Formats: sequence, structure tokens, C-alpha cells
Amino acid sequence: MTTTTAGTTWLVRRSRVLGGQPTDVLVENGVVAEIGPGLSAAGASVLDADGLVLLPGLVDLHTHLREPGREDAETVETGSQAAARGGFTAVHAMANTDPVADTAGVVEQVWRLGRRSGWVDVRPVGAVTVGLAGERLAELGAMADSAAGVRVFSDDGKCVSDAVLMRRALEYVKAFDGVVAQHAQEPRLTDGAQMHEGAVSAVLGLRGWPAVAEEAIIARDVLLAGHVGSRLHVCHLSTAGSVEIVRWAKGRGIDVTAEVTPHHLLLTDEEVRSYDPVFKVNPPLRTAEDVMALREALADGTIDIVATDHAPHPVEDKDCEWAAAAMGMTGLETALSVVQHTMVETGLLDWAGVAQRMSAAPARIGRVADQGRPLVVGEPAHLTLVDPAARWTVEPHTMATMGRNSPFRGRELPGQVVATFYAGHPTVLDGKLAGPRPGTTPGRDA
Amino acid sequence: MRHLLSAADLDRAQAVTVLDVAEQMAATQRREIKKLPTLRGRTVVNLFFEDSTRTRISFEAAAKRLSADVINFSAKGSSVSKGESLKDTALTLEAMGADAVVVRHPASGAPHRLAHAGWTRGAVVNAGDGTHEHPTQALLDAFTMRRHLVENATGADLAGRRVAVVGDVLHSRVARSNVLLLNTLGAHVVLVAPPTLLPVGVEGWPCEVSYDLDATLAGGHGDLDAVMMLRVQAERMNASYFPSVREYSRRYGLDARRVGLLPDHTVVMHPGPMNRGLEISADAADSPRSTIVEQVTNGVAVRMAVLYLLLAGARDLAPDAPPAAPPAEEVALTEGVLP
Ligand SMILES: [Zn+2]
Repeated sequence: MTTTTAGTTWLVRRSRVLGGQPTDVLVENGVVAEIGPGLSAAGASVLDADGLVLLPGLVDLHTHLREPGREDAETVETGSQAAARGGFTAVHAMANTDPVADTAGVVEQVWRLGRRSGWVDVRPVGAVTVGLAGERLAELGAMADSAAGVRVFSDDGKCVSDAVLMRRALEYVKAFDGVVAQHAQEPRLTDGAQMHEGAVSAVLGLRGWPAVAEEAIIARDVLLAGHVGSRLHVCHLSTAGSVEIVRWAKGRGIDVTAEVTPHHLLLTDEEVRSYDPVFKVNPPLRTAEDVMALREALADGTIDIVATDHAPHPVEDKDCEWAAAAMGMTGLETALSVVQHTMVETGLLDWAGVAQRMSAAPARIGRVADQGRPLVVGEPAHLTLVDPAARWTVEPHTMATMGRNSPFRGRELPGQVVATFYAGHPTVLDGKLAGPRPGTTPGRDA
Repeated sequence: MRHLLSAADLDRAQAVTVLDVAEQMAATQRREIKKLPTLRGRTVVNLFFEDSTRTRISFEAAAKRLSADVINFSAKGSSVSKGESLKDTALTLEAMGADAVVVRHPASGAPHRLAHAGWTRGAVVNAGDGTHEHPTQALLDAFTMRRHLVENATGADLAGRRVAVVGDVLHSRVARSNVLLLNTLGAHVVLVAPPTLLPVGVEGWPCEVSYDLDATLAGGHGDLDAVMMLRVQAERMNASYFPSVREYSRRYGLDARRVGLLPDHTVVMHPGPMNRGLEISADAADSPRSTIVEQVTNGVAVRMAVLYLLLAGARDLAPDAPPAAPPAEEVALTEGVLP
């Protein structure tokens, strides 16, 4: 992969690097050229970032871009625009497309679409099993060796529930430093499940999705990963019990990482009382106790990262009764705001902690070598500038994503992404899409 | 009250008002001319996405006896597997000028969605949604209990009465609505079921829970005033909710021996349709203390009351805000009938 540059030099004035003291940052030829107070550069475009916090470009390990197959819900183009507006410079495109991303051909197609779009680095996730059917392994090695260089494998949306198949997948991906990202959901315990099983589901008469269905799979998987010495990643962990299991596994030295979504950091199953399917998601919204446990776990490092599980759906898939509605919520353009609201403003994380959990750690888990890097001279200029003092009301129709299914609709959130630099190129300026990174046409690099 | 979606929509005063109005409606049904002009010119749509002839007929009779125009819309079996058609159907009904939509739907919350998604301006009456609620069934059950258990029923609630609800609580919309309404009316509810047929979270409900039918019937914690048996679908056996129909029947079925454990005044109820020989034996169902047939009759009066209170200009069911007086030409017919 070559890096082409925008050919523009940017001087970012007086931003607070990771929330620290204001300083200047010079971006030149796609890299951070200088950092320090009072910089000047002839001919540089100047961005006055007084009061803004400078973060490394955010990396999402869990994004549904829907292309190929559901271009009525989202495309690589619109999804990566949404990512850029949310402050992301890399996203991992989940494999549950149509056709499923279970061959080198499909992952390369998605990768090329991402390169052509040029808003963020689109890293395809490969399916673990053929057709997500949970029966036999997909050609994981071929996907790893493809131009897309897949390192994250997941049947997300479905659980690799067969213990032998999961064991084999965990072992096999060691050959190319891959990781299996498990959507932990015991299928028999969640047959027809509609929402978290508990006090609210009992009243609403909706089939329950018990916490144990997630926890039992995570418990099994960490034991398997420990047994075969493999790397395991747990997608969208949602319960206090799951936190305890991951904490225990890490204490035993098992190589497990875990993610939490922004919506599981803020919303609870009480929202379902409205029967509004915008709150229907998998795993389901849990209880307030779970939310507090997830926040603490993200703060203490038991949960490594925030991942959006951005899941756009066309209006008709949500404009219906609960049982008929699709599961999933958009999240790319609200993620950082929700994290500021739930983690920074509560004092649980500082901005360096946010950078760790939304950039450095997800890049490391996904093996995105040139992202999530420290903000120092010589590193690639993947940067996000956020105004922590801004407040805004979520209006889904103003977003870049095609999905209107934001559970935060109408809610006031803090923090606004003012600018995003992808390899030195501003994809977002003044909070608006500025333009894709030029010169990344496919074919040149494939 | 704009809609009736859940038994929890009614406070004590509103619930008592519904029962009192239902008494007056029932009185009119003993007359030779049963029809009242109250809802003339109003349109009530029975929107049934699930078969339930008995409930539909009950609502239809109620609406017609109030002189409403009734449109029966049976959506079962048409292209309703995709939920979007709930919206499209609602928009169609809205275009037809439905004043009230009585909806029966296999999905919990569908009436709630219909009422709150902005698809229709009509009043929505939940006629049973999935495994959620069936508030008019609870109202007719309470009406039946009050008639049998309370002297000078008008204005009274069910304070101090003990009611056992027995069977598949997990999947029962009747049980959910009954627990809520009976609690509102001051009754004490005991749910009796095998643990597999009780929802996780039932601990938070305003009722007692028992796994032992004989102990409950024997009245260890006080004599029962009513025993309500819930329908159990034999298919539940295949999902391992219980080992066999025979074992279920032995442990949780109401038969002559168990009826014999009850005090003389205790009524036996069932929302229907019954599985005779499964949750209730023929002699229990047909015994003199059974109110099962009467419940059907009472259903019409209660549903007349609900439609009347929702549509006849009375949005507020509080007793101190009685329903608006009917137009002058109707007074002759309805005088002395309605509060
Ligand atoms: Zn998932």
C-alpha cells in the first residue's frame, strides 16, 4: 500500500493534544511534521483550533456498511462519509453482506470500494464460516492473503456456536496473526428473542434475551482461547456478568479483548417500554446496573475499546411493530459524543483514555498498522478535532449515513467533531464533509 | 384516556367507572330493543391480524348495539408477515375515517405502536397483543367477579378479594392484564404455575406466586374468592415447558376434587377457549360456580362501556367528570341508563 498525500500543508493552531495544553501541529505530506507552540509555515492552510481537543483518528472495529447487497440501507460511500463525520479514519466493515464476505473476491471488492471512496480506510472483516452458516470454515487464509489483508474474522449477527468450529477458527487464524471476533449469543437460549430478559420484558410480553446466553458463550470462548493460546475478541459485550468473565480471563493471562457499543453505555431496556423499534438491537439494551458495570469496565481497561456496531436500516424495516422490525442502530456520527457524555463528563476517562479506547486499541486489535499511532512527529496524520464544549441535538435526517435509525434522535449530546484528517487530508472541516482523500483509486495498489 | 392499550392505563376511579357504565349497558341488554343510538355515525374498525372469532364478535356486537358502523378487517393470512403492512393498514383505516380501531395482533406492542406512531387519529383499543395484554378481558373478568362477590356493586372495587390465576402466565396476555387491573381494584392476586411458565421478572409484579395449586386452593393464606384457569397450549409440551399433558393436568388442572377444596362462594373462571381435560375438567367447567358462559355475555357490556367512554366525547374516565350527555334526540332512549 502506498500513501498518497493531498499535497496540502495544514497548520492546526492551539488545539489541546489529548486534552492537554494548547499547542500547534503542522501536517505536511500526510504526516505530523512538527508539534509545538507558535509554529508557522508559509503557504499552509491554517485551522484555528482554539478550545478543540486533538485526538488520533478514530478506528471502528465494528461497522455494518451493508454493501454489497443492501445498498438501500447504506453503501461503502455513505457509510464511510458517516465515519469521517464521526471522527473516524478507519472502519472495519462487517461480513454479513449479500453475498457474505467469506471469500477473497468479496473482501477485495469491499476494500476497493473503500479505496475508491477515500473517506476512511475501509478494512473488510472476513466471515469465519461459509455464508455465516456456522458449518464449515470460510477460506480465512485466502482472505488474509488478499489485497484486503483481512485480520479480523467474524460471523457477526450470528454466533459461532459450535465449540469445535470455534476452536478450529481460533487456532487457524494464528497462522496470519488474525483474530476471531465473536458475536456471543447462544442460539437456543435466544430463539425468537426480542429484548433483554428481565423485569421489563416480563411486563411487555416480549420474548427474553437472557444475559446468560451471552455470558455462557464468552465463558466458553475465553477457555477455548486459553486452551489453544489464541487471540479472541468479544464483540459488543453488554452485561455485568460478561465483564466479570472477561476480567477473570484477563487475570489468567488469556489473550482476550472486548468491545462495548456507545448505546450500551447510555441506554437501558426501559426504552423498550415505548415499543419503538429504534431501540431494538442485538445484543439488546440491558439494565442500568449493566450500563454502570460496562462504564466501569471500559474505564479500568477490562473492556478494551468502544466499537459502534453501526447498523443502518431502511425506514420500512423500523417503521413497523416491534417483532417485525430489524435489529440495529446507527452509531458512527454519535459515538464520540456518547463517549464524552458517558465517560469523560462522568470523570471515568480523560481524553487520552478516549484516544486509547477509540483509536490505539482498536487499531492494534485489527492490526491496522498505520492508525491509532501516538500523536508525535513523523507519524501518519490521522487526526480528529473535537469541540468538547459544543452541544447538539441529534437529527437523523441531517446525518451522512442513509440510516435514520438513531436511538439518540432528539437527544442533546455534547461534543462535536469539527475536523477529521485522513492521512493529512481533511475529510471533514467545520463539522461538514470536506472531500475524500484524493489519489486513492483502486488498481494502483491492488 | 385516549386509548385502551394496557390495564395499567386505568386508575382505580377510571376502572370503577368502566365497570359501572358496563352495568348500565348490561341493563339495556335485558330490554327488548337492545340497540342504543349513542355512537350513530361513528365508525369502529375491528382490525384482526390473528384469528379470534369470539373476541371479534364480542366487539362487533358491542359496537353495533351502540349504533356504530362496524368494519371488520381480517388481516390474517394476507401479506402481513412483513410488519410494514400494519402501518399501511392503519393509513388505509385512517383514510376511511375510523373513529376507533379495535386491534388484535400476534406481536406484543402492536396496538401501542398503532396508537403512538402517528399512523391513525382514531382511538385504539387493544383486543389482545401477542403475549402482552388483553385489557377488555381483564375488565370483563373484574366485572364478573364484582357481580358475584360484591354486594351493592355500583361504585365498588374488589378490595380484599383473593383471586388465583392458574396456568401459562408466561405466554398469557390475560394474566398480565388481570394482575394489573385486579391490583388496581384492590384485589390480591396469586399466580399459580409451574416455574417454567412464569416470566423471569415476575418477582416485581404486584402479586403472590405459587407453584402449588393444591396449597393455594386449600387457602393456607386465606380463602380464595375466584379461581381463573388459563388456557394451556399443548404445543408448550414440545418446548419442554412441562413433561406431558397428563402431568400438567395432574399438577395444575382444575378437576372436581380440587373444586371441592374451595369455599362455597368461590367462582371458577376461564377466558376461553377451554381445553377441557387439560387445564380444566368438564365437571369443573360446567359446575354451578362456573362463570364461563356469563363471562362471554359480560364481555359485550364491558366492551360497550369501553367504546362508549372512548368515543362518546368522554376522554376522561374520572367519576367526577361524567361522560358528555348524549344529543337531545337520544335522551329519551338513554335516559336513566348512562351516568
Ligand atoms: Zn453482533
